[in-house]
Amino acid sequence: MTGKLVNLLGKKVITASAGLGSVVQMVMSSVFWLFHAKIEWRQTFIQCMRIGVNSLPVTILTSCFTGMVLALQTGSTMKSIFNEPLFVGSIVSFALVKELSPVLTAYVIAGRAGAAITAEIGTMEVTDQIDALYTLGTNPIRFLVIPRYIASIIMIPLLTVFASFCGVLGGFLVAVLKLDVANETFYSDIFTYMRVTDFMHGFIKSFLFAFMIATVSCYMGLTTRGGAEGVGKSTTRAVVVSMVMILVIDYFASAALIAIGI
Amino acid sequence: MIQISNLTKGFGDRQILKGVSLNIEEGSVVSIIGGSGSGKSTFSKCLIRLWEPDGGKIVVDELDITHIADEFKLAAVRRNFGYLFQEGALFDSSSVAENVTFGLKYLTDIPASEYRRIATEKLALVGLQNVEDMRPSELSGGMRKRVALARAIAAEPKYIIYDEPTSGLDPIMSDIINDLVLDMKSKIGVTSIVITHDMKSAYKISDTIVMLYEGQFIMAGSPDEFRKTANPYVRQFVDGSSRGPIKMKLRDF
Repeated sequence: MTGKLVNLLGKKVITASAGLGSVVQMVMSSVFWLFHAKIEWRQTFIQCMRIGVNSLPVTILTSCFTGMVLALQTGSTMKSIFNEPLFVGSIVSFALVKELSPVLTAYVIAGRAGAAITAEIGTMEVTDQIDALYTLGTNPIRFLVIPRYIASIIMIPLLTVFASFCGVLGGFLVAVLKLDVANETFYSDIFTYMRVTDFMHGFIKSFLFAFMIATVSCYMGLTTRGGAEGVGKSTTRAVVVSMVMILVIDYFASAALIAIGI
Repeated sequence: MIQISNLTKGFGDRQILKGVSLNIEEGSVVSIIGGSGSGKSTFSKCLIRLWEPDGGKIVVDELDITHIADEFKLAAVRRNFGYLFQEGALFDSSSVAENVTFGLKYLTDIPASEYRRIATEKLALVGLQNVEDMRPSELSGGMRKRVALARAIAAEPKYIIYDEPTSGLDPIMSDIINDLVLDMKSKIGVTSIVITHDMKSAYKISDTIVMLYEGQFIMAGSPDEFRKTANPYVRQFVDGSSRGPIKMKLRDF
């Protein structure tokens, strides 16, 4: 019984290590081709549109309502404790800029664009289109992976900034219109306490999320096997892994950034 | 000329190619026949290093390509090959013209302004007109195969590998594809390696036929030699008979 358990555990560890090795290999290969071949700007532009522009409406909705509910909850809690909706602007803006906007935007992109990346590359893999790239003088890293890395690293931080703005705006509307917080109070709550480093805290994390989502989505796509069923499994796995990794990275990145004073 | 000696390839415990050797002369059409799962596609993918062979040697135009690790050198070797994939492997998100000229950007120095003309020219060569702006999803199976062939010949390769060019096509379309293979030989002078289990096609187009069975080449010869052979394995395959030494592995339901 113990022997079987050790055997099973050993196999899992070996599989996980091999998978991790392949991910590192893909990242290294991407860095190599980034500097040794022309960047596919047309593909990069298409990906910027798909990852960034097409995700904008859902990002706006998500962040705006998050800001609104955050203001509502903060305001009503403060009212019940202090009889006044205190620090609504500070709490909403800090929570959104440092934490919620980067994480929620990453979640939206992982579920929407990340899944699409894995499904597209996975379908290309099982229909020989990836092999076709090699026979036509290029390779999937150069043609597919690098444009998705560049597009993710440009668009996800931009979406995060946009989400922070929309979230704070949503919070502002609820604070002013529903909780009767004065405009000036809301502004001063934000600008008295918030520093550039607070903004940088969320902004830096959004780069890490972007890199991770592109890595996981492309890797899962390239390692797809087994036809339509395989594409479905890879896509699900990509979304689940990305979502878990977002939270794991979020904690460790936050801890590291706080430790260095950002 | 391509010289393959003692090529081996396996996946896990399964040995697919068990030491196959073959010489392919320039300008010839060599058909590799064999049942489904006999390793024909594995052989063709190893031939241009899409898959890494486990052992053996592949020499293309006196260059040993078996162990080339440099991606740029490997790409230079692949430049000599056009590859027609079984299902076409056309890029769904691109138009027919973009598919046909896709490789020109990477394989040649031809300016982009020439791509449209080349696409029209190559499509005409495979009997297609006014399809340049269509999407692959709008084409029939036969048209997709022909577009894939146009893409394979666009950069004017020295060798073309056809992976099951007639599979899934009706008999008339299959014969049109056969004629195209022969046209490629006579008009462009390419060397063709055709992976097929369509004997009618193999008889019509081949200078040499090679039969792959259980990971080994069990016979190589002209179409006439294949028609007359007494080898029971080859006989059963070319006759398409269920009775004989070749036992198909059927899945239990």
